[in-house]
Amino acid sequence: MAGRQLHKDTGWRLFARTIVARAYPRVIGQQRERVWMVFEITLPLAGLCAYVYVYRALQAPAEFVGFVILGGAMSAFWLNVLWAMANQLYNEKQFGNLPLYVMAPTSLMAILLGMAIGGMLTTALRAAAILALGTWMFDVRFAVTDGWALAAIFFLALASMYAMGMMCASVFLLYGREAWHLVHAAQEPVYLVSGLYFPITTFPRAIAIAATLIPLTLALDGLRQVALPASAASGVLPVRVEMALLLVLTIVFTEAARRLVGYMEYLARTEGRLTDPHG
Amino acid sequence: MADGSIEHRRASPWHSLRVGTWLGWQIESNWANPQVFLIYAVMRPLALTGILVLMYAAIDGGSFDSAVLTYMFLGNAFYIYVGAVTSGMGWAVVQDRENYRTLKSIYSAPVAVPFYLIGQGIARFLTASISVLIILAVGIGLVGIGVTLGDVNWPLFAAALVLGAAVLASIGLGVAGLMLLTGAASWALGDLLASALFLFSGAVFPIDVLPEWLRPIGLALPITYWLELIRRALMSEPYQTATFSAWTDQSLMGALCLLTAAITLAVIAWFRWCERTARRRGLLDRTTGY
Repeated sequence: MAGRQLHKDTGWRLFARTIVARAYPRVIGQQRERVWMVFEITLPLAGLCAYVYVYRALQAPAEFVGFVILGGAMSAFWLNVLWAMANQLYNEKQFGNLPLYVMAPTSLMAILLGMAIGGMLTTALRAAAILALGTWMFDVRFAVTDGWALAAIFFLALASMYAMGMMCASVFLLYGREAWHLVHAAQEPVYLVSGLYFPITTFPRAIAIAATLIPLTLALDGLRQVALPASAASGVLPVRVEMALLLVLTIVFTEAARRLVGYMEYLARTEGRLTDPHG
Repeated sequence: MADGSIEHRRASPWHSLRVGTWLGWQIESNWANPQVFLIYAVMRPLALTGILVLMYAAIDGGSFDSAVLTYMFLGNAFYIYVGAVTSGMGWAVVQDRENYRTLKSIYSAPVAVPFYLIGQGIARFLTASISVLIILAVGIGLVGIGVTLGDVNWPLFAAALVLGAAVLASIGLGVAGLMLLTGAASWALGDLLASALFLFSGAVFPIDVLPEWLRPIGLALPITYWLELIRRALMSEPYQTATFSAWTDQSLMGALCLLTAAITLAVIAWFRWCERTARRRGLLDRTTGY
């Protein structure tokens, strides 16, 4: 190596390369464990079919089947946010990788962003498969009234959900062993509160409005209003307001994630406790 | 032992069952503080039940004592046992092998492994009972589903519950056998089976609404008959389904007994084969980093 200068990226280049480096194993990991992908599609699809048949037994209008299919697809992202974002730093601590993250000469925020982008990409494939299979199996007719609004809600929803996952990653790490159970507790109860399979307006209005603090609620309600026009009347808020709220949530969660990850890094360095797998 | 002879103890099924139940209870109930345990054991199943109730409310609005909602509610509540026992017994194998690394010790100790695993299933049945009881209390007390305690057919309920526990233990043992052979995908197999049973047994809808070509799968599953019997025992006003309206309680019980016996015999052979294969291939102490 004598005479050759080792090139080191700094600043935004290092930040960007860290994102790519952390996203890479997520995308590649999926290619290597294809059987997991089969399970991750078939498991929610089986549950989703059961809820479609519930509506069929209740002789519900056709758009309710669309609710279930959209809910099933979006739940794939929610599960990814919980298990592969919120719980991830705790998992890394158990595997012994967390000290490497803290010691690495890069930003922990970039590592979290890399996880989020990798998770989004891999989950998008699963969600698309659930959406396509569900639509085909139950002959659901989506009628998109505004393609730009649909794209905006979808991407804002992903941004806010994954920003929330980044924030929760540090919080759950501080909770330690019980984080795993917190993740479980945030699954079905959130499905209920966000109206995963039914219009959120089935709740009393105050509860429905409170539920919009969860990005999944806004995402589902907005997507339904744009993709299933028959359900537009059952939206809790106008689509543009929901988009604005999703943007606000994204900013708030990202800033909270930045502060919390800084605090977590501080604890890791000063107490050495957070990075101890037995701590 | 004073004369230096070694006492050879045979694996006692009762002892193994007792130890498995005790250990399973400790694992299931002792991993967190009671508040977290309650959140976990109550919030999740209550939320799933809430989803069903609100789906019904979105379509039918008002009366929660309707037969169709009671039918769905009870199926959903008692299905908790299916997921807990079948997935739980399979998961016990994975945990013992890969997390606690004790499976090889269990196999080298005087333990009747199938009974030890059934004991783990009993522990999960007991913890699931907490969730089921709370959901039923919420359903009867708050939602107002059509169940009146005075009208319950208790002998039928008790007989169905015992038979259901037996068939769940058999299915769980079958899953546990499969887990002895599988590695990284183990985490999903039990859940996949529970999801499939949830769909085909008509846990939350009558199997009449399944496409005609899928109904035979539901009719071949003991869980379908078990849930139908439980509903008949508990519901004040019966919900007539096209498939089962002509069936008497006795014929449902007969079908459940027959299927339970057939599954139990098949599972015993299957589990022995899985054990032999796992020993031969050296799978009892492997770790796959689940």
